[in-house]
Amino acid sequence: MMRWIWLSIALVAAVAGLLSFGDNYLLRLATTVAMYVTLAVAWNIVGGFTGYPSFATAAFFGLGAYASGIMLVNGVPLGVAWIGAGVVSTVFAAALGLAILHLRGHYFAIGSLVVADVLREVTNTWVSFTGGGMGLNVPLVGGAAAAQARFFLISMAILAVAATLTAIWLSRSRLGVALQCIEQNEDAAQVIGVDTRRAKVAAFAISSLFIGIAGAIYASWTTYIDPSDVYDVSLSVKPIIMALLGGVGSLAGPVIGAFVFLGLEELIWRNSLEFHAGILGLLVVALVLFLPGGLRDLKGRSVLTWVRDKMKGRTL
Amino acid sequence: MLWLQVLVNGLALGGLYACIAAGFSLVWGVLNIINILHGSLIVLGGYLAFFAHQYLGLNPFLFAPFAGALMFVLGFAIQRAMINPVMMQPVLMTLVLTFGLNLFLDNLMLAGFKADYRKINLQPPLGVLEFGDIILSVDRVYAAAVGLALVGALWLLLRFTQLGRAIVAVRMDREAAALMGIDIRFTYAVAFGLGTMMAGSAGALLAAIFPISPVSSGGYLGKAFVICVLGGLGSIPGVVLGGFALGVIEAFGALALGPENAITISFLLLIALLIVRPTGLLGRRGFN
Repeated sequence: MMRWIWLSIALVAAVAGLLSFGDNYLLRLATTVAMYVTLAVAWNIVGGFTGYPSFATAAFFGLGAYASGIMLVNGVPLGVAWIGAGVVSTVFAAALGLAILHLRGHYFAIGSLVVADVLREVTNTWVSFTGGGMGLNVPLVGGAAAAQARFFLISMAILAVAATLTAIWLSRSRLGVALQCIEQNEDAAQVIGVDTRRAKVAAFAISSLFIGIAGAIYASWTTYIDPSDVYDVSLSVKPIIMALLGGVGSLAGPVIGAFVFLGLEELIWRNSLEFHAGILGLLVVALVLFLPGGLRDLKGRSVLTWVRDKMKGRTL
Repeated sequence: MLWLQVLVNGLALGGLYACIAAGFSLVWGVLNIINILHGSLIVLGGYLAFFAHQYLGLNPFLFAPFAGALMFVLGFAIQRAMINPVMMQPVLMTLVLTFGLNLFLDNLMLAGFKADYRKINLQPPLGVLEFGDIILSVDRVYAAAVGLALVGALWLLLRFTQLGRAIVAVRMDREAAALMGIDIRFTYAVAFGLGTMMAGSAGALLAAIFPISPVSSGGYLGKAFVICVLGGLGSIPGVVLGGFALGVIEAFGALALGPENAITISFLLLIALLIVRPTGLLGRRGFN
């Protein structure tokens, strides 16, 4: 508990410091990291706690972005549009969950993966409603550039904290225990009386609430969205990489992973504009091959023993 | 007559679609891995055929099996070096791993070949066949024929050779197969190599009739998903059925709702099938 208190104090101090002294670049980085924390923590509720390999993050993100964008274009107030986007994405996730959460393993992964493709194509072709492939100009929030940057950082940071607190609450709640039972052995969980269907759908919906709002804030932040941007498959994969970096299923893992991932991403972007996706790919491969448990694998071990263990572990 | 023409178009593509998905289905069924890399491997096979035609003047339809053979070596090596160590890991890890490889290969091809769409232009063009009102372009017929022949060869290999029987045995029961003296690691690598081979051949055939580009790999992967779920996992007849089914459904879907909705239709069909019958039309239950 003490650890969490210190962490929150440090976080508040960091945000306050950024708001007072940060330049636009730092504010942008901080907003991005808050978004990444939100996505990774929200994914972890389904992918980590429940053990369902969801690739639907991009679908909820894009849906949230478009729901909010379309509402804002039609004159709905900002706060209402953001919350509304969260509701739309939650309802969609609940319906989707009822349909595909009975699938396991690969079938669930594929089912969740193609949802973003379907939504992207629908958005592309439904030009009169969404603006189609030309994208959608989201109304500006207004105010000076610096004030806007601060506003979006605060919004995204509040969302990230809310997502993290929800995950903490969830891990201690009855629902969280049910999810962990499902992760360990779904059939056994069902036998001892866990309503697995309800628990899984609830987890999916809670997770998508935060992802949808993150998409909504992102839409207002960038002021322009298009289908290939907000339904991009990398939005589904990046949170998984973050969670893998920090440790899947843990509470702090996705948060730490999001920070580390942003650092790596900035480093790669800076050094290689042409080949950044390729380097990211190599990084993912190296992560899965050498650090399947995340950065925790490095803890308390010298590089030498680690390499030796890896060599031993390379057999089937 | 329009309906008949659309049906013929769909069936002509179906043979090629079976070839696209056969390797994906084999890898999924035997190694229990969803190979996100599959689409990129198809595109790579397409580039092999493109350059073989451009610089060596090789006919892509004849070159397809050789493109496959080259790709077999690549697939064997990838499995040995990178996929074998994670064979026993959960779905999430293998998926993320092949996704990373897909990012890398796509970016490599993008940097090397640029995003321009390229197509093999055969000289002289093969022209069209006409049966009454039905028009059929010859290159598509060739592609479907070679594709189906390769799928048939794979089926024969799995059915009648010792290696093929070993692959099927490993798919059915890994431990029992090991006890029977089958080298599991080698078999996995061969199966992945064969999957890559089919992807490479399919790519070579695709390059002969459609423009290819590194950015189109995701589309081919999506088709492989749909075909496998349609036809059922891990059986070659299922892949052929799924391939023809997707070809016909796409053709009629494009006719009824417009070609821009073809992807939506096939993916909605995929989700619907997953909900109703996840084992596919000819599939058997099992394997996660």
